[in-house]
Formats: sequence, structure tokens, C-alpha cells
Amino acid sequence: MLLQALAFYVFAAITVAAGAMVVVSRNPVYSVLFLILAFFNAAALFVLIGAEFIAMILVIVYVGAVAVLFLFVVMMLDINLTELREGFLKYFPVGALIGAVLFAEMLLGLGIVGAGSTTISGLNTQGAQVLATDNTRAIGRVLYTQYFYLFQVAGVVLLVAMIGAIVLTLRTRPGVRRQKVGDQINRTKEQTMTVVKVPTRGGV
Amino acid sequence: MSADLIQFFTTNWLGQAIVMLAQCLAVTVPLLVSVAYMTYVDRKVWASIQLRRGPNVVGPFGLLQPFADGLKLVLKETIIPSSANGVLFIIAPMITFMTALVAWAVVPFDNGWVIADINVGILYLFAISSLGVYGIIIAGWASNSKYAFLGALRSAAQMVSYEVSIGFVLITVLLCVGSLNLSDVVVAQSGWFWHWYFLPLLPMFVIFFVSALAETNRTPFDLPMSEAELVAGFHTEYSAMTFGLFFLGEYANMILLSALGAVLFLGGWMSPIPHAPFTYVPGVVWFALKIAFLLFVFSWTKGTLPRYRYDQLMRLGWKVFLPVSLGWVVLTAAVLQFGGWVPKH
Repeated sequence: MLLQALAFYVFAAITVAAGAMVVVSRNPVYSVLFLILAFFNAAALFVLIGAEFIAMILVIVYVGAVAVLFLFVVMMLDINLTELREGFLKYFPVGALIGAVLFAEMLLGLGIVGAGSTTISGLNTQGAQVLATDNTRAIGRVLYTQYFYLFQVAGVVLLVAMIGAIVLTLRTRPGVRRQKVGDQINRTKEQTMTVVKVPTRGGV
Repeated sequence: MSADLIQFFTTNWLGQAIVMLAQCLAVTVPLLVSVAYMTYVDRKVWASIQLRRGPNVVGPFGLLQPFADGLKLVLKETIIPSSANGVLFIIAPMITFMTALVAWAVVPFDNGWVIADINVGILYLFAISSLGVYGIIIAGWASNSKYAFLGALRSAAQMVSYEVSIGFVLITVLLCVGSLNLSDVVVAQSGWFWHWYFLPLLPMFVIFFVSALAETNRTPFDLPMSEAELVAGFHTEYSAMTFGLFFLGEYANMILLSALGAVLFLGGWMSPIPHAPFTYVPGVVWFALKIAFLLFVFSWTKGTLPRYRYDQLMRLGWKVFLPVSLGWVVLTAAVLQFGGWVPKH
């Protein structure tokens, strides 16, 4: 139990520190790398509370795919660091306001300020029921039975977003030569080759 | 005395730590030796395909060649380019090597022979294998060299693309098993060798193997280090042991994906014929033989196939493997559901 508490504080401290470094560090590439570190430690925290499925999905989706694309973009950008820092004082109040709103919402959501202890105990009993069975199975069961329609709607929303992104960025340029694999495979010997009988010293 | 010892190793935290350390060493040391000999076997197979002898000077049959190479890499000077990002330049090969090693924690070598028998073993392996790309992309960026950067970009795009189809392959297998635990995956394939999943899921096995080639940047998908275009790709600027770690990491990743293939499709530690005398052979031997077979196919493809062009590689990943594997997931789910073969748990 002591070991678990120790592990929690280590992971939590690294998460918070890495999160701070994402904002503070001067080089955007470092920011993304610290973001990855924060994701990792958040995954470790999930493992500590026994939510191993969510932990693995966090690593696969955010670290394995989203952060790679972040890194991809940030590495290829030509960023002027001094220019980037100029607007800091101007944007600070807005950022602080958004941060304050998010923090207040989190407090409300956790029930510390608003609804009192009922939400927390309610969450806990649900959590206990979920933990009684296999974690992954429990999530699947809830997602595909109780929230089936909402889950499908979420999928459709993502699909629409994906199609929208493709429609916005797709442009057909004329005069581009590209490989048509189907045409290549469908070519026959008769279409492309003629056997010529060449007389000696005669040429074709 | 023995009772005391058992109590010490099972309850005392120091004893547990010693056991854990011993388990890690028991996996890592044989793994590193097999990585060393994989480089040797790779070169021998490649040489045989080209009617050469391969390494045959250092030691009998050249058996000490991997150690001579390793010693050379350790003794050489590590050069860090002056315009490189020092810290990240050093960290990148470590990440590659480390991710290749930590994944072994969940691989079952025999019935019960696994360090961490976790319920999300497949997801853990998938997560760790998706981290391998960081070593490469950080190496490319930190080197501050155009060849290294182009190699890293190619590699990152390639690995992210092929991970998608590997993910769908994993989903098909776990649909058939009904569990994410790798030991359960092996147990679900028990019986004669036609019960192994390579036969009922043959298209998935092929897709898995080709995607594994792409994930490990091996021929015919070794575009990140295609020497004709990019010098040596993402590790152009690396020398001595920093290069050595990339090299070892690549081979360790190959062995890991072969092990994953053996667990998912070739019945892990199961013997192909479930009767004596075949069942007298320890399961770990069967497992090693299956890994060795898949590794041989890795070397074989390297010696046989020419390199793909980059747009062809992307076409294969997104336009062929992704629809086929997605369709196969739907097909498998439908067959399991309507054939009444949904695994009971």
C-alpha cells in the first residue's frame, strides 16, 4: 500500500511537471516530447487505479498516433522563437481565464464544490461493479449495450469530420502522371510486345 | 531451510525484488544472445542465397563474428555532430533499444512462463510497438541532417500506416480467442497444428507478416535507410555504440514480431502434434523453433526481394491492407456470431 502511494506521487509529480514544461519550454519540439511524457505518466496513473484498458488505449491512441503527428508537424515548421514569445503578455489573461474555467468545471464535476459527496459515492459504487468483472469486458458491455446509439452517433460524427477534412484538402491537379496499378496488371503480352524477325546485318 | 527461502522470495519485498530482477535477466540475456546470433544467421542466409560463404573467419564457422562486431562498436569513438541536439541525439537509440526489450515482459514462453501475465497483453504489445517510431523520429530530428530527417519522416509515416492494419489483424485474432491475454491466445489454439490460427486466418497471417516487415523497416520496405537515396537514413550521423543500439534494437524488434506471430498464429508453445513423443519436448523449444522459422522468412525476403518505391508502399498499406483487414474483421465477427462459435467466457 505504501509502495502504491509512493508510485502514485512519483507518477503524479512527473505528470504535473511535464505538463508545466509543455507550456514553459522554448522549443516546440521539446513541448511535444514533454506532452508525450505527461501522457505516459497519466497512463501509469490509470494502471494504478486498475483501469488497464484505458491506460493501454491512451498510450496507443495518444502516444502512438496523435503525438507522432504533432511531432511530425512541429518538426517541419520553421518557427521563429523570439516572435513566438512576443505575444506572451498579451495572451496571458485569456489563457489564465480559460485555465480557471476548466479548473472550476473540474471541481464541479468531481462534486467537491457542487453536489457534495453523493456523486463521488455514486461513482465509486459503479466503479466497484465494473472492477468486479474484467475491465475491458465491462467497458465493452456498457458501450455496446447501454450506450450503443450514442456510441454509433460518435462514430458517425468522427466519420463526418474525416470526410470533411478530406473534402477541404483534396484538390485534383491536371497533368499529374500517376501509376495506375490496375492498368499495369491488365496489360497483356499482345498489347505491348511485338516479335520482329530481324535479318542478319539488316537492322529493324 | 527451503520453506524459509520460499517465504523470503514470496513475501519479503527484497526477495520479490530479487525474483523480479532474476526473471528480467532470464528473459533479457538469452534475448540479447539471440539478437547477436540473429545478425550472424541473417548474414549466413543472405550469403547462401547469393552463393557466398558469409562470415567464416572469426572462430569456428565464423561463430564469434557477432561478438567481434559488438566489440568493435563498443571500442569505436562515439561522434556527436556539433550542430546536433546532444541530449536527444543520445536518448533516441536508447528509446529504440528499450522499447524493443520491455515488450518481452508479456510474451509467454511456455505454459505459465511469463513475467507479467496481464489481461491486456495484446494491447500492451501494440502500445509498445507503436512507441518504436519515437526513437527513429527523434534520431532524425536531433541529427540535424537532411538525410537523417528524410529517413525519419519516411519511417514514421510507414510505421503509423502499417500499424493500422496490424491493429485489425490483432482484432481478428482476439475476436476468435475472446481474451486479450497472450497465454489465453495460445491455449485457444491447442490441439493439432491445423487448430492454429494461421490456417483459418491465412490472409490475416500474410498481412501480419508483411506489416511486420514494414514495421521493422526491413527489405522490401527498408526505405527509411535506403542507401541509394538517403546514405543510411535516420542513423546516418550515428557511430559506434549509438549506432549499435539502433542495430540491436532493429533485430530485437524483428525477434519480437516473430514471437508475436508465433503466439498469434502458430500456437505459441504448443507442439504441432499433441501426442508423445512430441509433447515430451519442452514448450519453450517449440516456441523458439517457431520464432526461428519466422526469422528465417525475414532473412529470406531480405535476400530475395527488391525494394519498394515509397508511393507503392503507401498504396499497399492504405489501399490494399487496410480494406482487406477491415473486411476480414467484419467477416470473422459475422462468422463467429452466426456460426455460433463466439468464445464463451
